[in-house]
Amino acid sequence: MTVEAYAHDGTPVETEPCGDGPVLVRHADVVVTEDGVAHEATRPVVAVCTCERSQRMPWCDSTHKAVRRR
Amino acid sequence: MSASPTLPQPRGPLSEAVQRRLTGLPTATSTWPPIPEDPFGDDAQLGLWMLYELHYRGFADVPDVLEWDPELLSLRAALEAPFEETLRRLAAQYVTDALAGSEDLVEQVQSVVEAVEVAPLAAYLQRHATREQVLHFLAERSVYHLKESDPHSFVLPRVDGRAKVALAELQYDEYGAGRPDRLHARLYADALVAAGLRTGYAAYVDQVGAETLAVNNVMSLFGLHRRLRGAALGHLAAFESTSSMPCRRIAAGAERVGLPPAVAAYFDEHVEADAVHEQVAVRDICGSLVAAQPELREDVLLGVAACLLLDARAAERMLADWAHDDETERAS
Repeated sequence: MTVEAYAHDGTPVETEPCGDGPVLVRHADVVVTEDGVAHEATRPVVAVCTCERSQRMPWCDSTHKAVRRR
Repeated sequence: MSASPTLPQPRGPLSEAVQRRLTGLPTATSTWPPIPEDPFGDDAQLGLWMLYELHYRGFADVPDVLEWDPELLSLRAALEAPFEETLRRLAAQYVTDALAGSEDLVEQVQSVVEAVEVAPLAAYLQRHATREQVLHFLAERSVYHLKESDPHSFVLPRVDGRAKVALAELQYDEYGAGRPDRLHARLYADALVAAGLRTGYAAYVDQVGAETLAVNNVMSLFGLHRRLRGAALGHLAAFESTSSMPCRRIAAGAERVGLPPAVAAYFDEHVEADAVHEQVAVRDICGSLVAAQPELREDVLLGVAACLLLDARAAERMLADWAHDDETERAS
């Protein structure tokens, strides 16, 4: 999954995939989901869901762990 | 800034001697009572907790200079040795199994997290706990959450490079990311106010079990000793890795028993925050630390196991207390 994210001042964002968990995104002010909706990133680092089962899309809520253990 | 707490009630000869020494009262003999046989017991854990608190907020009417009093430090060392030894013994098998199962630190941490059996405290709070039991839980946790993240800050000057940057990044988020009203310890105090509980730092220490004191003391043990920096960061990784999903359940439990929104809000904040922090702590902090200093790998795993084993004991104690409440209620 590709994560579209940007900072207002143009600072390049950094992404770090975490195995079967989320993608960590640093320096982003906005994360844009596939449906084109822009979500404000309010933390210094955000974790973007990749399993698509989070109840707080687009943010990871650790649901992938419950999914993996089944 | 909150006022310094008052000293807790002693729980045995050792903690009584510590209390007398801190308040300047004459002691019966010039030597300390023997170190309690059970390092996890009330007397040893409370003695240790008081000695550690000198490095955090101190106590009202206790001179600040006693933080570095050689006699108190040597007593602290005598209490720490059997505590650390017991933790190492209990953690040993988990560490060995994790090392045998994989060479990758992330997988090793994960395997310890999966191997340590957790008591179903969060599930109980979500579905069954009474309002009184949720309040008991909030009071028990207040000993830590009112100084949330402070023990791990002691590690910052002891690590370097990417591990330091990632630890600072995680702590910055814990400390409100630039907003004093978002300090996690402050959010917890807000939750306590909303729930009608006392918010004074360490206000509930007299009510908490030795198991909860040990949960707090292990963070200070690891945080205050540079040689244990690997264990301190492993502890952080384990804490963050086992927080997000339980916090969702606890928030639901607080709502179910009708506590005001500020209580659920605290735990709700940690669902998302700790899903991030878990990855940062395991990969960027512990992963970078071990990549730079491979000799710290076993200590990181020791910290993971120690965190989970002590959390499990504290959870079991609360569940056992509540099972007893329920029996008493049925019998009456």
